[in-house]
Order: sequence, then structure tokens, then C-alpha cells
Amino acid sequence: MRALRRKLWNDLAAIRWQGLAIVMVLASGMATFVMSLTALDSLTRARSDYFRAANFASVFATLKRAPRALEPRLRAIPGVADLETRIVVPAVLDVRGLAEPATALLISVPDFSPPRVNRLHLRLGRLPTAERRGEVLVSEAFASAHRLRPGDGLRAVINGRYQPLTIVGVALSPEFVYSVRGGEMIPDDRRFGVLWMPYRDLAAAFQMDGAFNDVAATLRPSASERDTLQQLDALLLPYGGGAAYGREHQASSRFLDNELIQLRGMALLPPAIFLSVTGFLLHIVLSRLVATQREQIATLRAFGYSRGAILRHYLAFAAILIAAGAALGTAGGAWLGRELTELYARFFRFPTFTYRVDPLVVVLGAGLSSAAGFAAIWRVARRATAEPPAAAMQPAPPDRFRPSVVERMGWGRWLSPAARMLFRHLELQPWRAAMTSCGAALSLAILVLGSFSEDMIDFVMRFQFEHAHRQDVTVTFTEPSPGRAVHDLRHLPGVLAVEPFRAVPVKLRFGHRSRRLGLMGVSRQPRLFRVIDERMRPVEIPPAGVVLSAALADGLGCRAGDQLTLEVLDGARPIRVVSVAGVVRDFLDLNAYMDLDALRRLLREQETASGAFLRVDERRTDRLYSRLKALPRVASVGIRRAMLESYRRTLAENVLRMRAYNLFFACVVAIGVVYNAARVMLSERSRELATLRVLGFTRGETALMLLGELAVLIAAAIPLGCLLGYGFAALLAWSLATEVHRFPLVVRADTFAMATAVTVGAAIFAGSVVRRLLDRLDLIAVLKARD
Amino acid sequence: MRNVRVTAAEASRADGVSPMDGVSPVDGVSPAVAGFPAVGASSAAGVSPADASQSGTLQSGTLQSGTRVAWAGGGELMFEARGLVKRYQLGEVEVLALRGVDFLLRSGEFVVLLGPSGSGKSTLLNILGGLDTPSEGFVRFRDHDLSQGDDDLLTHYRRDHVGFVFQFYNLIPSLTARENVQLVTDLAAAPMRPEEALELVGLGARLDHYPSQLSGGEQQRVAIARAIAKRPDVLLCDEPTGALDVRTGIVVLEAIERINRELGTTTAVITHNAAIAAMADRVVQLSDGRVASESRNAVKAAARDIQW
Repeated sequence: MRALRRKLWNDLAAIRWQGLAIVMVLASGMATFVMSLTALDSLTRARSDYFRAANFASVFATLKRAPRALEPRLRAIPGVADLETRIVVPAVLDVRGLAEPATALLISVPDFSPPRVNRLHLRLGRLPTAERRGEVLVSEAFASAHRLRPGDGLRAVINGRYQPLTIVGVALSPEFVYSVRGGEMIPDDRRFGVLWMPYRDLAAAFQMDGAFNDVAATLRPSASERDTLQQLDALLLPYGGGAAYGREHQASSRFLDNELIQLRGMALLPPAIFLSVTGFLLHIVLSRLVATQREQIATLRAFGYSRGAILRHYLAFAAILIAAGAALGTAGGAWLGRELTELYARFFRFPTFTYRVDPLVVVLGAGLSSAAGFAAIWRVARRATAEPPAAAMQPAPPDRFRPSVVERMGWGRWLSPAARMLFRHLELQPWRAAMTSCGAALSLAILVLGSFSEDMIDFVMRFQFEHAHRQDVTVTFTEPSPGRAVHDLRHLPGVLAVEPFRAVPVKLRFGHRSRRLGLMGVSRQPRLFRVIDERMRPVEIPPAGVVLSAALADGLGCRAGDQLTLEVLDGARPIRVVSVAGVVRDFLDLNAYMDLDALRRLLREQETASGAFLRVDERRTDRLYSRLKALPRVASVGIRRAMLESYRRTLAENVLRMRAYNLFFACVVAIGVVYNAARVMLSERSRELATLRVLGFTRGETALMLLGELAVLIAAAIPLGCLLGYGFAALLAWSLATEVHRFPLVVRADTFAMATAVTVGAAIFAGSVVRRLLDRLDLIAVLKARD
Repeated sequence: MRNVRVTAAEASRADGVSPMDGVSPVDGVSPAVAGFPAVGASSAAGVSPADASQSGTLQSGTLQSGTRVAWAGGGELMFEARGLVKRYQLGEVEVLALRGVDFLLRSGEFVVLLGPSGSGKSTLLNILGGLDTPSEGFVRFRDHDLSQGDDDLLTHYRRDHVGFVFQFYNLIPSLTARENVQLVTDLAAAPMRPEEALELVGLGARLDHYPSQLSGGEQQRVAIARAIAKRPDVLLCDEPTGALDVRTGIVVLEAIERINRELGTTTAVITHNAAIAAMADRVVQLSDGRVASESRNAVKAAARDIQW
């Protein structure tokens, strides 16, 4: 069999560029598969290891204020394994080098011992103790953003007074793996941080001695989360609680879950695309090889080589390409997986985040690649051995052409012979023509899909921050404050307009379904904070009733006009019946809006506000920020410009890299498909093309006949690819959508244009390579050879 | 003397002939091409066209240098080839397909180039047809110099002046007989109608058949119709009956004969079938890259009378 082996390597060398294209497409599929699954594995492992080691809570509850004496009763709830009560309060921080105020979440830790639930992982320094006042532990993300180290100082505005704090350590917490301020999507580590302080200090600063306002508990393995939450609510209800939630609603954990879902999605769709293209390419290349080697096969059979030996010979041909692709893809996937994991390590803060390539993933990927590859060529390889040697020694019967559909429709007389050739060839092997078109369309779809997330985020950002929330600054008060507080804001330097709002936690119930959320009371004719629909048209808030997010209405199963039970989870906890005045399609969170005055009436309050939206004079922000830092009522300050900048900076880093990968993968597919299709066509039709040259057709005219057919296939691929890309985008948006995030199906026209341009460009490149081969066609040798 | 062996396959690549053709290896001696006479100089070698026509056969003129000239008589001079040398480089091995051939072809002539495989006849035809260029010497078609022709010039030369017929027909399988001819008439300045060309070769009833629906002989006749439809100045046929049986072969030869007779198309047929030589005005014998002999038929045989 040494001779056959020699033939195998010679055959491979003869089609090396086509083989390389196949290897690259397969490697791309394998790489995305290995990358996604290994990154998923790393992230999942990091999460489970950390959550277990840190004794991360399974249930959480926030409340107004409860005595610590309640703690034993909470602990006694069946199913609770361990429980800790604490104080969690927002505060404004004054950080050196940062003009605008930063927001911190202050969390109490036991005075002389580390917390048992949500254990902190010390990166630097030590835990704070109550022996010395003002000691704090800072979250690593915030510390890194400001280069803070143990021994450095911070100033917090607590109850309107600057309180100097000393950093004694830098830590990680399982609660803030993804450290993002409420209502935001991307971490802004410069302006949001977490500070842990001894209970005694924090209680003293906020008049919370002997009390707590936050609970975190772990559960026994056998416990029912639902029952535990109900019992927690029952006990905490009198203290302003009643809205306990599980880990799946914990902000950081939820972002992590979302990311894992996305990664899982990435592990399926792109590899499936690449593998189907690989199968197609292997099929056409091997089919052509077998067709040209028909007589060789017959000769080998005549010499006494068995069918099995020849079958193995052609299977080995595919196996070598598959093995090369899988090996290259594994290496590439491991490299990309490491890159992705490093990227994750910047967003998700785990104590240890190690990247590892699970051999099982490689075996699975190689198995799938082999399955796809062999399935595609099995019949071709079988056919190679099926023909009796004597028959195979004769020339193959000529292809049976017939008038194309265009001619059958009566348009034939308008077609030149060249155009007729083109259409008849397309129809001779419609399956191959369709697959070539589909291959190019898939490359286009990959690009559309790659850019879709960018378009989508861009749309949501414009929706949210250009059309809906137009305020420059959002000030939140520590507690609902009288109208005077809003009035004071109006007189701060640089403030051009002020719009108060009232936010209150509520439970909305319709039939047996209910949802907990913050009900937002806003101005009826707002200039800053507007409620808009998906077409970005403002929606007027009616004087009575609530306007709901469509996702919320769907979740509750209600429509405009229905009556809901509204249970306020704060203060006097009134329960009212309100009507659904309207439903708006939006994208972030579950939202319910009410006219500010109507909400105040419902709460039996006058002129109260939870905070205010400001429009400010950009030239006077420094003075404004320094005044805001010192205002006692101010719990947090959100600055739109800073947030958008942080978001754009983060996005710019990642988008560029992702764009490069997408471009690479799409070009690999487009070039692989077009080059292989063109090479096979050239091989099949070299005699015909040489004849045309002899008849006096120029090189250009002859090339046009070959490449014209490809051009038609690419032209057909463009609308198909746009449609496929849109379909993939819809699939992605649908698969990622939760009640909390809806993804608009927005693909910008320039995304389609870019994807089309890249695919066409890659096709032109592949076509020009084949054109060079055509120009070098040895006319005499081709014409003299027998078919 | 270098002793180099060339395999049949290597040689065939160089010559453009089938692997059965043998091309003798280069002996390292360059061909003698110097001293060939101007057109008509064959009389200087002691042989006149008149003598040839009287004797019925004509040996090629032997020049002082020893080079033989394929000689042409009558009609306007269409091709003039002098000292044609064609060399192919196969790796480190040089193969000489033509070793100094002089060849003249006059308007309206029917010439058969005879020779065994590897004699250089296909190479000569390819050079005359603008498919190849000589390594040395020159070839002129009327006032066009084909020996220096770049690709564009040769393409237009083929388009405007040459009709080709090959052994394996080389029809476009996706086009019907009529469309195969139309492919060429679309390019030509004053072509005949495709139907007319097909009538000429006796295929008026098979216009809309695809090659796969035609017999070998019919396919070859379509190829002839395609070659002559543009009214070319010269029809070059490379083993036109090589793939056909006798009966079909004769039908094809009749078609070629008719074209030459009725349209006056200058025709050169290469073949290793000596029987076909009987239908030519002139027969040029090639051997080992040289013109070995040349003869003239006093009386041309009709294609239908030829047997082999």
C-alpha cells in the first residue's frame, strides 16, 4: 500500500490551496467551538469554585430597618443554612483626581470577625476592625481604577458630612463579581465602588445602631427557595421588607448567568455554520478528484487493489484535511479562549480565573468535525469504487444539458450563447450552485451576525440615553424628600432644569401573576426623562393609571384597560387598584410609570421626591459636582456623559477585536467557498474554456464565462446572506432575551452594506486567483487530452 | 554528447501530443537553419513547380545547407514560415519539437501534413494557428508576423482568420449544435448563418441537438461547421478523423473537402493516416521535427474514394 500512500500525498499536494481553504474553514469552526466551550467551562468553574468557597448567599432581602433581635428568628427559618444581617447604604464618595462624585455602596461587616456568608477574598491588606474608626475595605475594581492601596485615604459624604476613611485592604466579593451600579449595563469602575466597613462604624453613621436593613442567607441543599423567600418576607414585612429574592435576581449573578447563556449560544451557531460549509467544500473537491481519477481508480482495481483499499484511500484524503483543520482549530480555539477568558477577567472579578482546555471539548469538536466531514464525502468515496473497472476505463458519458428555465420561459432569444452556457451550467448541478451560493451567503450572515450585537447595543444606547433619558445628571436622595430638596437643586450652580421623580418599590398583581419592581412617578410632560415607544416617539403619561413595559404586561398577562392590584412595599404599604393606561415596548428592565402627582396622591404624600433629573451647563459642572458631593440628602449621582464615555471606552476595546475576528472568519468562509467552487469549475471546464480561447475569445471574455457564473451565484448569495444574517440575528436576540433584557432586532443598513462589501471583496480576491490560473491555461495540452 | 532520456509523458507535454507520441531527446546540437532561400528559391535547388506537377510527386527541395523546404505553388502566399525551431524546457531537459522547418502555404491550397507521432506536425500547426510561438525563426500570415505575437494579437488573429478542428471535437457541451456555431459567428465580421454552416456539413436537421445527443462524426461535423462559419482564411484540422471509424471519418473528410472546394478555404490537415494524403493538393511529410519530403498530387482523390 506504499504506492497508494504516496499517491495520497501527491494528490494532496496537487490541491494544496484548495485543501488549505478547507482546513481553514474547518479550523474556524473548531476554533469557535473550542473557544466558546473552554471559556464557558473556565467561567462556569470559576463561578462555582468561588461561590462555594465564599459561601455565596442564595437568598437576599432588603428592608427599611429591623432590630438585630430578629436575627435568631430569621436563622430559624427551615432551609436556612447560614444567615447574616447587615447594613447596606449608598453614599457619595469624594475621590482625589475625580471631579464628579463617585457612588459607593457601603456594606457592614462584623466588627471583629470576617463575614461568614459572602466571604470576602482579601487581595491586599487586612479586614477592617471596629477598634479604629474609619477603616474600610475597598472593592478591587474601584481600587484598581484609582490605584488605591492600603493606607490611602478616601472621603465619604455621610449624612452631609465628609467622613475621612482609611483603606486597610482591597477585596473581592461574590456579590460583586460583575460590579455595576443599579440600572446600568457596563461597569464604571471609576465612579462606582463597594466599601466594607465594620458594623459599628456604619451603624453609628446612619443611626442604625442595633438594627439592619439587609439580609443574605445560604440554604440547605434540601431547602425550597420559594418557601424560604416566603417566610423571610413574612418576617420582614413589618420592617419594610417583603421583597426577598433569589440568586437569579441578584444583579451580579444575573449578569454572569446572561454571559454564560450567550457563550453557550456562541458554541452552537457559528461552529454549525463552519462545519456545514466544510462538509460542502470537502464534497465538491473530493467529487471532482474522484471524477478526474476515474481511470486511475479503474487501473488500480484492475491491478488488484480491493474496493476497501480504494475507499480507505479517499477517506484518508478527507481524514488528513479534517485532522489538520481540527488540530489548527484546537490551537486557535485555545488561543482565542485564553484571550476571551482574559477579557472576562477584566469584567468578572474572581479570585482565581484559570483557563484550561478540557480534552473532552477537543474530542467532542474533533468528533463533530469528523462526522460532518465524513458524512459529506461518504457517498462520493463509495461511488469511486462502485463502477466496474472496464466501464471506468471508458470516457465518462457527457453531461446532459437542456435549455435553462430562463429559456423555457421564452427569454432565450435575448441571451447570448455565453449567457445560455452560464444558465445551463447552473441548472446542470443545481445542488452545487445552491450550496456555493449558500456558502457565500453564510459568510455574509456571519458578518451581519457579528455586527448585529454592535448595532443592537448602539440602538439601545441611543434609545435610552438620547431619546428617553435626556438628563445630564440623576441625583438620588437618601430617602424620599420634601419639595424643598428639589428646590435646593434648582439653585445649584450650572443647573438649567430640574425634573423631580418619585420611585417606590411595588408589587403589581394581575390574577395569580405578580411582579416586583420600582414604580416610577414622572412628570406628565417631561423634557428630560421621557417614556418612549420602540419607535422613539414620546408616550404621554395619563393623569391616572400606570404605563407598563410590554414585557411586564406580558409577564402579568394583562393589557391596556385591565385593572391591576398595586401593593406598595414601602412606608404605609397601601394597596390600591390601578388601571393599565398604556403599554410601551422598551428594552431594559421591567418598568412601570405613573404620573408624578397621581403617585403622590396614591402614597398620600405631598411634593415628595426620591430624586431629580438635571440638565446642567457643561461649563460649570466642576462647581456643581463639588456642591453635590457635600449635599447631605444625596445618596448617589449618576452622570450621563461619564457613563457613556466609560461605556464607549469599554466597547471600543472589545468591538475592534471582535470585529477583526469576525472579518477573518467571514473572509475564510467566503474565500474558501468561492476559491474551491471556482477551482472545481475550472477543472471541469478547462477544455471548454480552452476551446473558447482557440476560437478567438480573449482571456477576459473567457474569464467572464467562468467567473460570470460565480458572479451570479454571489449575487444570489447577497440577498440570501442578508436574510440569513437577519434570521441569525433574530435567533440570537430571541435566545438572549429575558424579562429583564429585550434585544431589539436592529440591523443597520450599513451593516448589510459592509457585510456585502466584504463578501464580494473576498469573492473577487478568490476569483482573481482563479483568473490567473485560467490565464495560464495550457491550451494545447487541454485540447489534445481526451475527456 | 549528452545522453538524456525523456519519458513519453514528459515529451507529450512539450509537444502537446498524446503520451504514445515519442519525441527524440535533444542531442545537444542546434539545428541548421541558416542559408534557407527566399520564397520560390526552391527552383534554385533544381526543382521547379512545373517539374513537380509533371512528375506527380515532388521531393522537397534540398538546400545547400541541407535544410528541406516545404514548398508551395499557385495562389497568393498566405503563410510563410522560415527556420522554425520549437524548443520546450522540461525541468533540466530540453526537447526540440521543430528543428528548422520552412513552410509555405498558398491561398486555396489543401495541404496534408503527414508524420508519425512526435514528428512535430502538431507543433507546426499550433504555430500556424497562433496557439504557440516558435523559439526561433519566423512565421508570417500575410503581413502579420505571428512569431513575435503577444497574446492579444494572436487571439485576434485566431478570431479573425483561423478555423480549428480538433481530434476530440471540443464542442461546448452546454450549447446545441446551432449555438456552438453561433458562439463563433457572434465574434466574426461577416459570418454565414449558423444554420447555413451546419447545412454545409450536412447537419441541417440536427440544429438543436446538444453534443451529448450527437454521434462522434456528427460532433466533428459541428466542429467543422463552427470552424468555417466565420469564413476563415484558413482551416486547420488536427487529426480530424483520429477518433472516428472509417465510415464516419469519410463523412467528415467529405465535409472538409467540400469547404475547401466550394468556399475556397485554405486547408491544412495533419494526420498520421497516409491514406488521407490522397485528397490533398500537396503533402508534406514531417519526421523528427524536420520536413522530410514533400509531394504534390496531380490528381486529388475524392474523400469518398479513400479507404484505410
